[in-house]
Amino acid sequence: MKAFNYQRADSAAHAAAAAAKPGAKFIAGGTNLLDLMKLQVETPSELVDINRLPLDKIEETPDGGLRVGALVRNSDLAADPRVRQRYGVLSRALLAGASAQLRNKATTGGNLLQRTRCYYFYDVTKPCNKRNPGSGCAALAGFNRIHAILGTSDHCIATHPSDMAVAMRALDARVETVNGEGEARVIPIAEFYRLPGKTPEIETSLKPGEIITAVTLPPPPPGVHVYRKVRDRASYAFALVSVAAIVDSTRGRIRSARLAFGGLALKPWRAPQAEERLVNAAADTTTFNAAANAVLEGARGFGGNDFKVPLTRRTLHSVLADTTRT
Amino acid sequence: MDESEPITIEISRRTVIEAGTTALLLTALPPAALAAGPSDNNEPPPPSATVTFQINGRSHELTLDPRTTLLDALREHLALTGSKKGCDHGQCGACTVLIDGRRINSCLTLAVMHDGQSVTTIEGLAEGENLHPLQAAFVEHDGFQCGYCTSGQICSAVGMLAESRTGMPSYVTDDLTHPMAELTDAEIRERMSGNICRCAAYPNIVAAIKQAAGTPT
Repeated sequence: MKAFNYQRADSAAHAAAAAAKPGAKFIAGGTNLLDLMKLQVETPSELVDINRLPLDKIEETPDGGLRVGALVRNSDLAADPRVRQRYGVLSRALLAGASAQLRNKATTGGNLLQRTRCYYFYDVTKPCNKRNPGSGCAALAGFNRIHAILGTSDHCIATHPSDMAVAMRALDARVETVNGEGEARVIPIAEFYRLPGKTPEIETSLKPGEIITAVTLPPPPPGVHVYRKVRDRASYAFALVSVAAIVDSTRGRIRSARLAFGGLALKPWRAPQAEERLVNAAADTTTFNAAANAVLEGARGFGGNDFKVPLTRRTLHSVLADTTRT
Repeated sequence: MDESEPITIEISRRTVIEAGTTALLLTALPPAALAAGPSDNNEPPPPSATVTFQINGRSHELTLDPRTTLLDALREHLALTGSKKGCDHGQCGACTVLIDGRRINSCLTLAVMHDGQSVTTIEGLAEGENLHPLQAAFVEHDGFQCGYCTSGQICSAVGMLAESRTGMPSYVTDDLTHPMAELTDAEIRERMSGNICRCAAYPNIVAAIKQAAGTPT
């Protein structure tokens, strides 16, 4: 690990100002950042510890939603009775991620910002445009079983690893931030993540030093909440494919549906065209096929991950069948 | 991680063995590896940071290179070697300790981030000669073979049972709205998935935890 200066922040604006310096990073749970620092994938010169900031509350919002502080731990968010009652997809997604020890440390803000687990991003001896812009992408012709099939570019085919963010994408969460001048802004999660394009090193719309203070969940849409995660072992593994679904149906007819996918792209992948196919449609194989076709429009495998195309189709079928069985 | 702090611990048979092993390793390493450390690339050493925390009920103040993980602080600075370094990347759970009663991976957190907090390690579970119920259950059910993962398994299980008592659900809990999930084998396995046992003593680990939880085995 490279040497760094360590400081504890006493306010969000102070933290943002301190972290605006080149080479500075926030540290909250630290479970991803320290992992990367040990491998020298990350080499911050300054660590700003934000764990003492008062951002650890979950509050009701006037419109019937919830405001989740950036430092609420993943385990506490998953276990909150309001989240379990009203946002089951989010609770289940959180519980699908990592291990209990990691969930006790990992924070809401940090989970949104965790980095890809692409093997080549982690291996500093290999080219990686995300870690070292312009060096190339070793995954394109390498071992790419875990890589993306949607939204890729010639520069990067990594996936975003978060389960929590997939559920938040389905819920249309909003990310609240503050910068070093104390200015607050709200970023819809649809605009928070960026596809790799030619600049895979830029992952979000956050500016340098801008700090996430909270995530707001709008009132939950009606329907059955499901988070289905398909992975190489039964627990404690990243998703090959995951589906966050909120499906409202009655007697074999779907009224509305929201679908977001993990493991397929460098951001949580919402599928509005597929959702449109499901509105007022019969809950049958023809409809599910049409929805899967819409999700997978433009999907492209790179050899090792070709299996994700049929796996996505089958996982979606299973989820839609389960959520419309009323 | 490299440490510049001298290690001062009581001399025991174990210390002599460890020191001997270290000496052997040092002679086998190339000179570049010996030179690597906080001063590599000719960078000045970072300013040290001070942390005060309770470890197993005793207050300790340490002045550390801020890079020191909680696990290295416990093992290398406080000679509490019960917490093990397995993968050092949060994947195996051998380093599991309890912070204010909650289980975490001590390898993936900096010691200086825990100022004012209370840490419980495997050394802090027994009361005198009386083993903690989970320690006794692991012995009774033979919940280990080589034993390297065991302190992490037991600390994790202590945290897991506490979580369970507060109603924490898991990924395999059928009904998330139910206030309390029954600790079935499937629930225990899911909740303990952050602790890997290379000897695969899992059936006996599950049996030990069930006994300590008070559920029929």
